[in-house]
Amino acid sequence: MYLELFLGFLRVGCFAFGGAYGAIPLIRDVVLSHGWLTEERLTYMIAVSESTPGPIMVNLVTYVGSSQAGLLGAVTATAAVVLPSFIIILLVMVLLKNLLDAPYVQAALRGLKPCVAGIILATGVRMVLDHCVSPDGGTLLEPRAVLLTAVLAGLMAVSGPVLKKKASPITLIVVSALLGAAVYGA
Amino acid sequence: MNILADLFLTFSKIGLFTFGGGYAMISMIENICVEQKRWITHDEMMTVTVIAESTPGPIAINCATFVGRRQAGFPGAVAATVGIVVPAFAVICILSAFLDHVLEISLIANGFQGIKIAVGLLILDAGLTMVKKMKAKAFPRVIAAASFTATLLAAVFHWKLASVDLMLLAAAVSLAVSAAGGTLKRKGGA
Repeated sequence: MYLELFLGFLRVGCFAFGGAYGAIPLIRDVVLSHGWLTEERLTYMIAVSESTPGPIMVNLVTYVGSSQAGLLGAVTATAAVVLPSFIIILLVMVLLKNLLDAPYVQAALRGLKPCVAGIILATGVRMVLDHCVSPDGGTLLEPRAVLLTAVLAGLMAVSGPVLKKKASPITLIVVSALLGAAVYGA
Repeated sequence: MNILADLFLTFSKIGLFTFGGGYAMISMIENICVEQKRWITHDEMMTVTVIAESTPGPIAINCATFVGRRQAGFPGAVAATVGIVVPAFAVICILSAFLDHVLEISLIANGFQGIKIAVGLLILDAGLTMVKKMKAKAFPRVIAAASFTATLLAAVFHWKLASVDLMLLAAAVSLAVSAAGGTLKRKGGA
């Protein structure tokens, strides 16, 4: 059982490119083919993983491990999914010392860095828009989400010049949770 | 404070306050590791992000391992990586006892609605910072604008477009442009 968990999630860790959203289909395959969770349960767990702190993959895999084999299962599954990226980064860092200065690597990085910046910016824009446009309305705006977005964005923009210190992401998360509870609870 | 303890605690804090996956974590790491602790520079952060995006596994793990090793070698890498995993692990282990109903508690569900919005804004902010700190030249601007547009269009029209594909394309274009411009011969800074 432990070996199966370990090998199953080791494979996920090795092939999951581009973060959690790339990993979810892989995790689905492994989990469903072993019959570890039902389809419905897995979908629910993805929602829980998105709303609990930490990397989504770690949340998801910890849950599958613990549901199958208790605490030790959770440790096994989590270690399996983390190990590949840990080892790969160490390898890359050892190799990269010289490699990073190579002219062709520099040339590739000159294209890669702005490309990643563009992808991340687009992801942010998309997420903000997704929340503000109501799911059934198409072009209708979700008033509470728009209000929250405006308040939080205002806080981020104003805190720099006024407080001489940009609001930290942690502050912003805490404030947003309180505001969310207040606005959506009302 | 002992550097290993500092790495462990700092990354635990990052892990505890990161919702919604890797991109959200980038603004947190930028804020703490670049601006507050000055463990790495913004340019290094950009390089880690690129490496993290092009290697498998959770982006957060890649970043933690990188910063940890940079600060304190292999033990540092272990301390930072374990640090970022522990909160996620602990929260799920504790929750798994009564996980079935946790999202049905309306106070928690409403709080998460708010957090989701903050996460979107944090990612937007991370993207803006990256674009602002880019070299003010035509080439990076064109690449960033192209990948921005492609990612948004893919989302709107539900294309299957992996960011890895975009990155491969950008690397290829950049290599071709550099080769054509003859900059491959001399050492150039990105």
